[in-house]
Amino acid sequence: MSVERDIEALIPSLRRFARALCRDAHLADDLVQDTLERALSRLFLWRRGSNLRAWMFTILRNLFINGRRTRYAPAATLTADQWEVLLVHLPEQPARMEALDLLRALDRLTEDQREVLLLVGLEGLTYDEAARVLDVPAGTVMSRLSRGREALRRLLDRDDPPKLREVTSNDS
Amino acid sequence: MTRDPMTRDRFTEDELQAWVDRHLDATRSAEVEAWLDANPDAAKRWRAYRRDMDVLHGVFDPVLAEPVQDRLNPAAIRARTWRPLAARAAAAVLLVALGAAGGWLARGDGLGRDEAAQTLPKDAVLAHRVFVAEVRHPVEVAADQEVHLVAWLSKRLGRSIKAPHLTGQGFELMGGRLLAAAGGPAAQLMYQNSEGRRLTLYVRGTGGGDTAFRIQRANGVSAFYWIDRGMGYALIGDLERGRLLDAANAVYRELTEYRTP
Repeated sequence: MSVERDIEALIPSLRRFARALCRDAHLADDLVQDTLERALSRLFLWRRGSNLRAWMFTILRNLFINGRRTRYAPAATLTADQWEVLLVHLPEQPARMEALDLLRALDRLTEDQREVLLLVGLEGLTYDEAARVLDVPAGTVMSRLSRGREALRRLLDRDDPPKLREVTSNDS
Repeated sequence: MTRDPMTRDRFTEDELQAWVDRHLDATRSAEVEAWLDANPDAAKRWRAYRRDMDVLHGVFDPVLAEPVQDRLNPAAIRARTWRPLAARAAAAVLLVALGAAGGWLARGDGLGRDEAAQTLPKDAVLAHRVFVAEVRHPVEVAADQEVHLVAWLSKRLGRSIKAPHLTGQGFELMGGRLLAAAGGPAAQLMYQNSEGRRLTLYVRGTGGGDTAFRIQRANGVSAFYWIDRGMGYALIGDLERGRLLDAANAVYRELTEYRTP
């Protein structure tokens, strides 16, 4: 069945998104497996010609929200060491520090901002797809994205001389 | 960031976000970059946004290259979740075959091949007309209780039936109901597509041998019907013949697949 093949093609991206949500490879794959099981058993709910990617990400995201404190919750709070596991492929110290800073900053964003940044920034969903996944208007996606990015930038505070403070909020 | 509507080479906030996400075409993207080059303060902010996303990719992109475990293989997941059903179906089909040979025909209810093949589409179209128009209660048991629906209809029909998926044809299962027919109980499953068009699949035990697909068309609805191993099936819908035939083929394929584990 060709839908099945289309779903298979989405797996790497679903795994990446799940990894970013769960931060643990095994839990993330549990989440992807649950997503696939649900999708495949409910294929009749998916309309041919509608957006399969948005549908799959919606399922994954909803499963995660329901299970993040139970089924997909790490056994203990992630320690810095466990985070380092994510970064084994970044042996160069500066890149590693930058990545670690980014992960820490990402964790300090609101849930709403973080998931938009991951869907759009990491998974490359269009704003419209992200709006469908999150079940919010496109304008809400844009404002969460904009605030999330700015919050992240400030947390990372790379080389932020005070003069840049002119770019204050238009948080309306 | 504020936007000056009088200056053509300024950009909306949304456009700049789209630049960060690389959603702009090459020309517009180059315009944004030229503007950023001329506006160091804005550039610092917008290029930092892009940099952050690049770092994010640097952390998680290696996941894409990892080998995927077998437990995430869709075909394996399907096989695992379907096998028990398929095994049960095989047993049921054997019973149906015995039932057809020993029960229905021996009882001599007189429905020979031709008669069965004639009453089937007639009853099915009638049931289609009555329930397809129903807005509030088109089905007795809705698709969100598919497992219950299938179990219930199977029990009442005395044979294992299943609800074929017509997703490939753009139709989703709405649910089903139990009906009375001359020869005993019948099941009706209803499907709907995104345009609100409805299809019904009518299923009942019937005498008579297997038949090929036949089509009947009356008053705007077409019915494809066939008899397979003691079960009569009719698929009805206000659809163009080719599309209905596609759906009928999908139903037939799924029911056949289901039979052979």
